[in-house]
Amino acid sequence: MTAMKGRGHSLLAASVIMLWVFYCNSVAAAAPARLAISCGALGVQLRLCQEGVEAWSRQTGTPVKVVATPNSSTERFALYQQILASHSPDIDVFQIDVVWPGTFAPHLVDLSSYIDGRFTQQFFQTMITNNTIDGALVAMPWYTDAGVLFYRKDLLQKYGRSPPQTWQQLTESARIIQNAERAAGNTRMQGFVFQAKGYEGLTCDALEWIDSFNGGTLVNSAGKVTLDNARAAAALDLAASWIGDIAPKGVLNYDEEASRGVFQSGNAVFMRNWPYAWALGNAEGSPIRGRIGVMALPRGGDQGHPSATLGGWQLAVSRYSRHPALAADLVRYLTSYAEQKRRAIAASYNPTIKALYQDQEVLAAVPFFGTLYDSFEHAVARPSRVTGSKYARVSAEFYYTVHDVLSGKSAAAPALAALQKKLIRLSRGEQW
Amino acid sequence: MKPATSHSRLTRRRVRWAWVFLAPMLLVLALVAGWPLLKTIAYGFTDASLINPEAAQFVGVDNFSFLLQDPYWWASVWNTVVFAVVSVFLETVLGLIIALALNAQFRGRGGLRAAILIPWAIPTVVSAQMWNWMFNDVFGVINHMLMSVGLMQHPIAWTASPDTALLSIILVDVWKTTPFMALLLLAGLQMLPKECYESARVDGVHPLTVFFRITLPLLKPALMVAIIFRLLDALRVFDLVYVMSGNNRDTMSMSVYARQQLIDFGDLGFGSAASTLIFAIIALFTVVYLTVARVGREQ
Repeated sequence: MTAMKGRGHSLLAASVIMLWVFYCNSVAAAAPARLAISCGALGVQLRLCQEGVEAWSRQTGTPVKVVATPNSSTERFALYQQILASHSPDIDVFQIDVVWPGTFAPHLVDLSSYIDGRFTQQFFQTMITNNTIDGALVAMPWYTDAGVLFYRKDLLQKYGRSPPQTWQQLTESARIIQNAERAAGNTRMQGFVFQAKGYEGLTCDALEWIDSFNGGTLVNSAGKVTLDNARAAAALDLAASWIGDIAPKGVLNYDEEASRGVFQSGNAVFMRNWPYAWALGNAEGSPIRGRIGVMALPRGGDQGHPSATLGGWQLAVSRYSRHPALAADLVRYLTSYAEQKRRAIAASYNPTIKALYQDQEVLAAVPFFGTLYDSFEHAVARPSRVTGSKYARVSAEFYYTVHDVLSGKSAAAPALAALQKKLIRLSRGEQW
Repeated sequence: MKPATSHSRLTRRRVRWAWVFLAPMLLVLALVAGWPLLKTIAYGFTDASLINPEAAQFVGVDNFSFLLQDPYWWASVWNTVVFAVVSVFLETVLGLIIALALNAQFRGRGGLRAAILIPWAIPTVVSAQMWNWMFNDVFGVINHMLMSVGLMQHPIAWTASPDTALLSIILVDVWKTTPFMALLLLAGLQMLPKECYESARVDGVHPLTVFFRITLPLLKPALMVAIIFRLLDALRVFDLVYVMSGNNRDTMSMSVYARQQLIDFGDLGFGSAASTLIFAIIALFTVVYLTVARVGREQ
């Protein structure tokens, strides 16, 4: 009878056990300074993190333990919440997602008191702003991500189309190429694939459409909900028209990997995805190797501007750390020019320092970084900073609404008006 | 069980020792099952958040009354019940057929018995993702097969369309869990007394009559246990739904709803209230089922 309660509690129980183990460890090693950092453990990530941390350890003589965390970011989010909620001093440095600073801010150290302002100035301003909560810099950008448009160079060339500058051009090119390819016997060909499953990925995609139409960023920096406007509705109407036309109906359940599956098997002309898809699409054995172009996402019409949702990971120091100054120094080292350069060359992690996009050695190793610079420069942050701990709920309400519009259950304008009301209620009159 | 007629010293000592032997298990159960359950129910009456559970305030039945008014909660209850009833029904029918086939004597039976368990042995997360790829509307093998034999003209977006999403999930569950059902029923079949079948053969009874008049009534206890087992399991379905369509409200099960509130939204109080209601709903199902089963047995 109780097994059915297990799901919610297995996490709690697991973290209780983990915390206990950490506690025992920390008691045993209380005397000399010793840090613990939690960084992503997926493949090359853990090795890179370990190498960077070891280099700092050799310089400072402070031993650092690298704690591996769950790969799924939602699982990591839950684990971090529990560790921080228990005020545990066992992990000093956390690797956090770009939308978490608002939620975690009360538990994080203000890094601006440890890290020089001149150091911070090298970074993209959008990222620093995103990580500054109520005047406190709670995290340093470590590596970044932004939505980009992938296209099939060969197909565009074959049909004499240039890379699209606006979403309308993309719609037109996608339709022409898709229909021509289908008529030529390639029946599975799709015009455009993206992420429209009801999850955080759809929030990212839809924010790009709306922002590129000058329709706002859902909630503005003053906390005002800005969704109920004609330009946002026009953006969603255009996106809804894609389903069943240039995008397969199944896109309503696609995440990043499902859209990459379609694109990389050679069945789509355009794809919106994160830069990681570049390396995989050009890997040996990929059917479209060498035929992929990557560019900034299109503008929303002639009046619009290019937009890209900001992703990526940050490093933050826990308020419950016993050695906050040392931990902040580790963060400074790991986010420094030299270390980010090493990571960019070794595993094409996108740097958060602007100058690295002009660094010759980096560009030689990862030639498409130059094209990405614009995307990162114009990247738009999801409204996680102003909505704080309510962000996950705001995002869910948003992606459910967009999903309903895309699947034809409701029209964009009334759906956005209803969502606007809902979010104002959720925010207690935009007070958040 | 025979009621004790006299409380002799021996009986009392045996009872005492029985408690001593049971004590560690009871303690463990209380710790790992009872305590979290009580804690969850208690959290259901607070506005606790995952990030700061100490600041929880008692809010009475607010969470529950909001939950009962939330149409999405009821949608998730409905999805779960449809999923549980349809999938368990199909699994029982198919499982019974497979069990009957495997109960016959033929060469290679041992190997076949092991082979049908493969879907059950694959972790759900893996098989759900695998089926997700197979159901893909563009490069999925299912559309490809149905279209090449001419059953469909246009590809179907199996997991994306609201009409077929729950159906696809049910199909995957049937694929995965039928072997388990078959195994449970096969064990039941092998316990059946051979005499009835022998006398039926001597009397020349038709095999179908044998099935409905002998096998089914005799198998009923095993069948009942297997069904309740699967039903309880199906009512708390999480992994399959979550991997195949995430937080999609067209297919969201009760557990997915509770997890979203508890983990994604960090709303420990509300999520605990949802978990408590799931517990209550499953308990209700069990009680109703056992009562019906008992009434059926007594008749």
